[in-house]
Amino acid sequence: MEKVDVIVVGGGLAGLAAAYGLAREGAEVMVLERGDYSGAKNVTGGRLYTSLVRDLCPELWEGAPLERAVTRELISVVTEDRMATSEIAAQEFGGERPQSHTVVRARLDRYLADKVAEAGGMVIPKMKVDALLTEGGSGAHGAGDGLDASARVIGIRAGDDEIGAGVVVVAEGVLGLLATEAGLCERPAPADTALGYKEVIELPAEVIEDRWHLGEGEGAAQLFLGSVTDGIMGGAFLYTNRESVALGLVLGMEQMRSRDDELESWQLLDGFKAHPAVAPLLKGGETVEYSAHAVAEGGIARVPRLLGDGYVLAGDAAGLSLNALITVRGMDFAIASGYHAAAATAAALAAGDTSAAGLASYERRLRESFVLRDLQTAAGVPGLLENRRLFTHYPEAVTELMRDLFTVGPGPASKLSSTGLRGLRRRFMDPATVKDLLSFRRI
Amino acid sequence: MDMDAKLGLDVFKLDTEPHIEIEREVCRTACAKKVCLTVCPADLYELDDEGDVTVNWEGCLECGTCLLCCEPRALSWRYPRGEYGVQYRMS
Repeated sequence: MEKVDVIVVGGGLAGLAAAYGLAREGAEVMVLERGDYSGAKNVTGGRLYTSLVRDLCPELWEGAPLERAVTRELISVVTEDRMATSEIAAQEFGGERPQSHTVVRARLDRYLADKVAEAGGMVIPKMKVDALLTEGGSGAHGAGDGLDASARVIGIRAGDDEIGAGVVVVAEGVLGLLATEAGLCERPAPADTALGYKEVIELPAEVIEDRWHLGEGEGAAQLFLGSVTDGIMGGAFLYTNRESVALGLVLGMEQMRSRDDELESWQLLDGFKAHPAVAPLLKGGETVEYSAHAVAEGGIARVPRLLGDGYVLAGDAAGLSLNALITVRGMDFAIASGYHAAAATAAALAAGDTSAAGLASYERRLRESFVLRDLQTAAGVPGLLENRRLFTHYPEAVTELMRDLFTVGPGPASKLSSTGLRGLRRRFMDPATVKDLLSFRRI
Repeated sequence: MDMDAKLGLDVFKLDTEPHIEIEREVCRTACAKKVCLTVCPADLYELDDEGDVTVNWEGCLECGTCLLCCEPRALSWRYPRGEYGVQYRMS
């Protein structure tokens, strides 16, 4: 069996970041990507918190194809005929080092794949890995029916080819088909995942900048909670790219699958596009692509064992993503986990010990980095999101209160303060809300 | 916008073999709810004249939703072979 230092399964952000770091260290690294090119199978909302990953490899980001620097953040609560929005436009979000950028994966990942190649790594597209090769262990592996922490990963099989590797970086994405089959982790449960799907709608750059009040190259990110998901945990999103907007929904998988009606989930997006406060934003735009992907939302509690003999898990394959309602993250975790996987793997190869003990610095590095720290801080969020009132009662209550404050009616006008207090008393002063307020302290 | 129009925007490279197969007996006997009919974002699942679930795998977005939601494990679900399946350009 032919053997290389490192095989990276999956040429997405985690895999490419790992391969780049390893190639720069002089390791012989091979990335296997099943799409026609990196990014061909990837779906993001999409915004990348670039500020956190830029410092890991600054040179990688000069010339990177980022869409727009997000300078306007909006969060809206919606009912069928109302929308109330909080907005912050802050110079600190932009400037020399913007906090985040919208991205298109087919562009960004292809760019990063080129950088890996320039650094001396091999990126092989159109090649699907069919299995992780393991040896030792209890023999349970292969059936995908139990964890087998004692197995050692020694390489991969792709079609009829087997390739050995000192270390396999498993960056296969959220479904974790290969790692599950090899017994390295369990398939994510519906309760720990969501479905994200979106349309990319083309609009001229000037129209985007006019409609969202943006300077040249600046972008907006807007999240929506409420009737858009018809009571299902989740929300809608809108990100402005350079010459398109990405508009989509995220729906909690368990709540979606346990509904009793005949609602077809995909139709909710058309409802969102037709919302009276959304439709004008999209006017004249033309949908050019439709995409969907599962998302990991289990938080830190569902992060599996991150490494073992001969392998590390990185990115979505390690469950490293976070929906914290206002900030939705995953790509920054993917890149950072790839970076730390590279450092740990390079050290293990140099020391001649690619066992779990030799690779243990990967987990230590992630714990010391923002990746596991931020996931730990948000440990209470997944539980909180199961509260349906967030997606039903509160959007209704907030938009109703706002409407009342802004309403001029035919009858005698109340004082602003009494309208406000009446609204607060009616919709927010009840035991369930007090209980929710207490639970919000967890985040 | 109907689903055919949405999927018509995407680039698919069709394999000759399906990558999703339904375990007919498990599907018939162990699943009353058939969530695949409502959760698939590409609306690929439907009932045939006999009431059996069929899947139009050619339009699969490879999101994994059906795999995660199908409780009786009535699906044999793989990624398409290398270079086949959906190829996103803008997502």
